[in-house]
Amino acid sequence: MTELYQKQRAMRAMRKAAMQRGVIAVLDVGTTKISCLILRFDGVNLNDEGEGVGSISGHSGFSVIGSATTASRGVGFGEVLSMRESERAIRTALQSAQKLANIRVDHVIACFSGGKPRSYGLAGETTVQNQVVAEQDIARVLSACDVPDYGDGREVLHAQPVNFALDDRSGLADPRGQLGERISTDVHMLTVDEKVIRDLAHCVKRCDLELAGVASSSYASAVSSLVEDEQELGAACIDIGGGSTGVSVFLKKHMIYCDSVRLGGEHITRDVSMGLQVPIASAERIKTINGGLLATGMDDRDMIEVLGETGDWEHDRRLVSRTELIGIMRPRVEEILEEVRSHLDAAGFEHLPSQQIVLTGGSSLIPGLDGLASRILGQQVRLGRPLRIHRLPQAYSGPTCSSIVGLSLFAAHPQDEWWDFEMQSDGYPTRSLKRAVRWFKENW
Amino acid sequence: MSQINPDRYTRSDPAPSLWSYRLLRLMLSPYLRRMVFYGIPALFLVGVGVINITNEQRREQVLTTYSEMKTFVTERPEFTVNLMSLKGASDSVMQDIREVVPIDFPISKFDLDLDQMRQIILGLGPVKDVDVRVRSSGVLQVDVVERLPAFLWRRDDGLEVLDATGIYVRTVTSRLQYSNLPLIAGEGADTQVAQAKQIFVAAKPLKERLRGLVFIGERRWDVVLDKGQRLMLPEEDPVLALERVIAMDQAEDLLTRSVKAVDFRLQNRPTLQLRSGAMEAFREIKLMQLGQIK
Repeated sequence: MTELYQKQRAMRAMRKAAMQRGVIAVLDVGTTKISCLILRFDGVNLNDEGEGVGSISGHSGFSVIGSATTASRGVGFGEVLSMRESERAIRTALQSAQKLANIRVDHVIACFSGGKPRSYGLAGETTVQNQVVAEQDIARVLSACDVPDYGDGREVLHAQPVNFALDDRSGLADPRGQLGERISTDVHMLTVDEKVIRDLAHCVKRCDLELAGVASSSYASAVSSLVEDEQELGAACIDIGGGSTGVSVFLKKHMIYCDSVRLGGEHITRDVSMGLQVPIASAERIKTINGGLLATGMDDRDMIEVLGETGDWEHDRRLVSRTELIGIMRPRVEEILEEVRSHLDAAGFEHLPSQQIVLTGGSSLIPGLDGLASRILGQQVRLGRPLRIHRLPQAYSGPTCSSIVGLSLFAAHPQDEWWDFEMQSDGYPTRSLKRAVRWFKENW
Repeated sequence: MSQINPDRYTRSDPAPSLWSYRLLRLMLSPYLRRMVFYGIPALFLVGVGVINITNEQRREQVLTTYSEMKTFVTERPEFTVNLMSLKGASDSVMQDIREVVPIDFPISKFDLDLDQMRQIILGLGPVKDVDVRVRSSGVLQVDVVERLPAFLWRRDDGLEVLDATGIYVRTVTSRLQYSNLPLIAGEGADTQVAQAKQIFVAAKPLKERLRGLVFIGERRWDVVLDKGQRLMLPEEDPVLALERVIAMDQAEDLLTRSVKAVDFRLQNRPTLQLRSGAMEAFREIKLMQLGQIK
């Protein structure tokens, strides 16, 4: 755990340095697109660090000064598949964003959806040393958490203390300074495949930038598309992206569960491509322009021109009714939603006080998705779009960009993670000093 | 829509090469950017300047090139001035102006200091105002407004002509040159010409006999008539006093009598100064009237 601690702390320090310089890039490596925003921080406010309930990592106002989106290549299921290709795609996005911002950026915060994220709930308990809870007590209770064996080749992406309890009082956000005897905590820990992070870090490094933080994109899109009371009362954000669908559950403004389904919009496109026997690119076009999920009588008469490029005129110039298209798309979307449903069930979503479900991501733009989702996932379903952030281009205000916008918010207002708190000081040196003092006292 | 392009959906890779990406980032770094866009050009200019200044031969070359270019421009026919046109000046003034502003025509427009010329011409007495400019056809136009002579001022060393405001116009040798001008005399008389003019206007009834005015002690006026008569006017309200004298003259022929001077310096005690012998004559006449002398 110590190694992770140091790595993440180094990233935090880098992020702080970037904040001091005033510019930072955020990068969303998705399966269909790679987008990059360059943020400028105005009033850097790092002074209130470690005081009060506010974020320990500091926060500040920011605005977007550069943005770029490029089609991603060499990325599948939110993971880097082909290093060279995805590196070039990332470079394209970073270069055009820097060009637009007319500023050089040295630090980047990235998010990705792949790497088979897995959630763990940890609990730890310890006694308070001096009745009043101090920083060290929190460090001790955090290190008292029994970390499960999450396996080799996995790495912790997020580890957020979501709850503190002091004696019989639970639900404390910040117990420091309170009186108590026993302190316990709940930590939500998210692990992903180490290789995915390594590959991403390598790609970023090849672009001469330093990675100042990584986040899960399902977490990032929940940050931007869930409104505050949804985060407080309990909600799930379902980010249906290109290659994977991220699921994250929020309660009391903390993420308590995160998972991803390795299905997404690309699978729908492939189904369309196979079903209609058209190339992927034209299947994507047909899906985005004519796609739908609820067939009506009108759709039988709505004929879509299918453009193939086999050279066989009869084959290339077919007409397909929209009902047929819907018949291809719907089972796949149902499959995705069923899969999401099973993940939510496994996470115990039905026990939350409020069961709001917010659909976002590029595939949430399919007409009729909210109707279908409410049949499968429950009644409280809405389509979410990201919050507005200062000087965000209009093109980035749609649900396709909720994770990059969420990542910007995450860059500006990160939640306190395990490594933001003080590390437990090793007891040995102080004890030995005490022993030495006692020895002196006894002998003289 | 007959042929379908096989490359239709395969786009070329828009990614920049690694080196072009690095170059862009290099150029975006603020110091280097400033260096390239401001520092290096400034250094280049300074370097060129230093090289040209330190080398004697080059410096001379630069200077000669500069002067050649300058003469090339200034000697253009469009900028030469060929003649001077004087307007509004009498012949003598014209001559004076040509003397004080000697110009060798043709001359370049840029070598003429019109302001200085104007000041020099304004320094001439008879010139009240002057307008000097170069007309488009290469003519130096000098428009002069002359001062109008209003008074003759007799001084110890000669006669001067003054204008209505008492400013010197010219010196004359004989009064006959300006016989129509009223004559004033006395030190400081040029400062009080306005009053002198009023007195001259008031003294119109005595025009036949009036010789001139004398400024006494730089404070008051004497009216000098023929036959050596004088009207001594007070410092204040000299016109009023003169009008009273004239009124007395018209009523009692004061001035045709044997009076040498009428002293009005004290307004409420006018005094007559009789000619020598007049008093004896007056006494004799009185005695004769009384019958004591036969």
